[in-house]
Amino acid sequence: MTRFLHVLLLALLALAPLSGAARAADLKDLVGQLASDDFDSKIAAIRALGALGDGRAVPVLKALEDGALYTTTDHKLVVAEPDDDKYKLYDPVDRAALGEATDDAIDKVRVNNRMRSEIDAALGSLTLVGGRPQDRLAAAQEALKHPLAERNDALQKAYAAEHDPQVKAALGLALAAARLRAGTREQRLAAVNTLASSTDPQIRSLLIDQRDASDDPEIKHAIDTALGSINGRLRLIGVAVTFFEGISLGSILLLAAIGLAITFGVMGVINMAHGEMIMLGAYTTFVVQQLFRAFLPPQWFDAYLVAAVPAAFLVTGAIGVALERGIIRFLYGRSLETLLATWGVSLMLQQLVRTIFGAPNKEVSNPSWMTGGFELIGGATITWNRIAILVFCFVVLGVLALVLRRTTFGLHMRAVTQNREMSAAMGIRTAAVDALTFGLGSGIAGMAGVALSQIGNVSPNLGTIYIVDSFMVVVFGGVGSLFGTLAGAMTLGIVNKLLEPVAGAVLGKVVVLVAIILFIQKRPRGLFALKGRAAES
Amino acid sequence: MTSRNIVKALAVAGSLAASAALVPAQAQDTIKVGVLHSLSGTMAISETTLKDTVLMMVDDINKHGGLLGKKVEAVVVDPASNWPLFAEKARELLQKDKVAVVFGCWTSVSRKSVLPVFEELNGLLFYPVQYEGEESSNNVFYTGAAPNQQAIPAVEYLMSKEGGDVKRWVLEGTDYVYPRTTNKILEAFLKSKGVAASDIMINYTPFGFSDWQTEVAAIKKFASAGKKTAVVSTINGDANVPFYKELANQGIKASDIPVVAFSVGEEELSGIDTKNLVGHLAAWNYFESVKNPTNTAFIKQWHAFIKNDKRVTNDPMEATYIGFKMWTQAVEQAGTTDVNAVRQAMYGQKVKTPSGFTAVMNTNHHLSKPVMIGEIQPNGQFEVVWQTKNTIKADAWSPYLPEDKGKVADWTFPWVCGNCTEPKYKSLVN
Repeated sequence: MTRFLHVLLLALLALAPLSGAARAADLKDLVGQLASDDFDSKIAAIRALGALGDGRAVPVLKALEDGALYTTTDHKLVVAEPDDDKYKLYDPVDRAALGEATDDAIDKVRVNNRMRSEIDAALGSLTLVGGRPQDRLAAAQEALKHPLAERNDALQKAYAAEHDPQVKAALGLALAAARLRAGTREQRLAAVNTLASSTDPQIRSLLIDQRDASDDPEIKHAIDTALGSINGRLRLIGVAVTFFEGISLGSILLLAAIGLAITFGVMGVINMAHGEMIMLGAYTTFVVQQLFRAFLPPQWFDAYLVAAVPAAFLVTGAIGVALERGIIRFLYGRSLETLLATWGVSLMLQQLVRTIFGAPNKEVSNPSWMTGGFELIGGATITWNRIAILVFCFVVLGVLALVLRRTTFGLHMRAVTQNREMSAAMGIRTAAVDALTFGLGSGIAGMAGVALSQIGNVSPNLGTIYIVDSFMVVVFGGVGSLFGTLAGAMTLGIVNKLLEPVAGAVLGKVVVLVAIILFIQKRPRGLFALKGRAAES
Repeated sequence: MTSRNIVKALAVAGSLAASAALVPAQAQDTIKVGVLHSLSGTMAISETTLKDTVLMMVDDINKHGGLLGKKVEAVVVDPASNWPLFAEKARELLQKDKVAVVFGCWTSVSRKSVLPVFEELNGLLFYPVQYEGEESSNNVFYTGAAPNQQAIPAVEYLMSKEGGDVKRWVLEGTDYVYPRTTNKILEAFLKSKGVAASDIMINYTPFGFSDWQTEVAAIKKFASAGKKTAVVSTINGDANVPFYKELANQGIKASDIPVVAFSVGEEELSGIDTKNLVGHLAAWNYFESVKNPTNTAFIKQWHAFIKNDKRVTNDPMEATYIGFKMWTQAVEQAGTTDVNAVRQAMYGQKVKTPSGFTAVMNTNHHLSKPVMIGEIQPNGQFEVVWQTKNTIKADAWSPYLPEDKGKVADWTFPWVCGNCTEPKYKSLVN
């Protein structure tokens, strides 16, 4: 009962117009209320803080959302910031220092998802006017997501006062959505017209709801027209996004397969340890990350990935050279033995990594420039890590093509694979070229590992996930053809993504596999087969 | 090299499998305990920890004078994430090493593979992982959660006002028996609560799936219908990291679309950067962050044994701990390691658990345990946001599935069966 009274009191306080002196006191009271053990009264306090319109509540609410608000043993609310093994305490409103406390002496204010939405809504109300442009934009989007009838006047005022065109457009949509819900007939019709220009799926569902609820034929008709144009745009965006997803998947397949296109495609070694080279590249990334964390100042941390690329290339390249010199060179021309030997090596490498680093996954964090994404129109998001991998993949492919076509080493490599005896007679050290070629393929696999550590797990089994896909891409694209590998990877990526929404991920994969088997029956040499005598041997 | 050769070669590669068995020398006057967890292959990531947990418990009991005056000796084998090999190794443990009990298995398919062996040779298996239920064998004690101790309470929490009043549901899982059965039960449960079929979306992906763009976009689209939406994830193992990364990168926050997972624990989170996952949920019977003396001692014991203060504890480890303690108590009570005697002594056995409750073994071979919902924290731990007041008794057969109607699992008189609708010894009851 007292709780109920408390909530009621808070609601009344929030509604009443307040003088400056009273406001300061209420702010303190409401903030104090956040220390409650009960989610309902905490939420009432958050709502009241949002309605109070006092900007000093913003840092308090942000601290609450970030989990920096604590209660002391005497039930006082403080902001606590970790400082070695202790916490420094501050007053949440005026940030006056309140001394230090140990872990046991303070208790975190618990936040759940329901509270997080309320905090977002309250912050939205508070930052709608006068916040930074990005805060105002977030506030406008928040208002669209969680419409509150009480906020319409505030929205109207904010819309009139807004100068930033992007924020103004977002506010316009939020206002129109609010008016469509509760407005006069004219306002609703005008709102439908404004909303017709949007491509937000949320607005589409709002329009559908309103059409089904409305009895007015004119409004129904207007909504139908608006929905027609929104749906058309959304369909177009959907197709574009599917293609992007396909190319993105293709770039990952390509990256995983380029190394194999060298070791298997060019040299003809059935290299079952290819996946483990990718895995070792990912672990090198992990080690480089740990080194950066341990020895360099935090502002350098984002650069660790750049440093990891050459490191991974050198580590896996060296292992590749050792592998070729130690095992594979004795087995040229005996493909089954090569397969068994490299399979054995792959198991040994897996177990080795498991022994050194342990069986659990290792955490490789995305640098800040690779987290998040940007919102396309229509609610589709393109993520930065996908774009980075796409670019990286084409850079690797381009550099590799240059090395093969324009350098002496590339020339020697092509010569040796085409006619070993003749090359030897011309004075090329074929054994060295073999070792370096295998090292190059392995090094590229290692660089792929750097990229793949950004989207997946870093675990000893990382390689086994990609080995089948890599062979599939190389065989499908045409053994020995770099361009075939590119075409094969992109085709598989796009086909996979086109099938996935229709058939589901599991069936989609099966369909692709069956299609490849049938294709190989028809064209055993893949999409782009090498022509000429070399290919016949 | 022709394509035919390649195909042949790849076929050879596919049929290869590696295994390594470590059988320690036999010693007189010891009680042997079998450990049947994969130490290599895909499942090694999860199962190696459980092997270490059993070894820790064995070490502990030997330090305290052993069992029935004898030393306990662990026999560790490696079934290498290979399901048929599980059955082979189980037979080896029971027949050749003559172990008194086996602690092992993680995936349901490995359990199904060893089940006939344990039933044929009357062995005893302690299975420590949450699973889909629909089973009760006289030779297995299930110390992980059944669906009504994990999945159903989690969904009920999300339906409640505190959990966000969720109206639309995405059931996202890996394509194998545990997610399929759990989702079948959940779908029936949701429909019984009045959720329309159009408000439920079910999707499966293959093992180790890593390209989540389309699925996450589909979830986003499904959630844009104006009703509060949540994802119930039975995604297994390695597929989780890319899933959560994609969610975070596409800007889905826990306050918009919360994800509640049944296979993601502290161990799995230690491989993820969790700062973007704060607020997503997991349902278990134990979290490392729970504060009570038993848990503090458990964590301390683990850190001392594994010699690494950074290693986390998790729910299946706690279930292994409970199983081992219960078995040793039952052996002490029976005065022998004979399987039939120990089984009778198991019923009603109580253990104070690190979760802060007292777990009890029921006659359906499943435990009564508490249920907890935890939110992911920036430090990779969970904070409990909701928990049951008391322990919940596991249902081997789900009351929400029509085909399970009337099925009873009770291994005491007069029922004595794991799957029947009438007591076996009905005629003897007067």
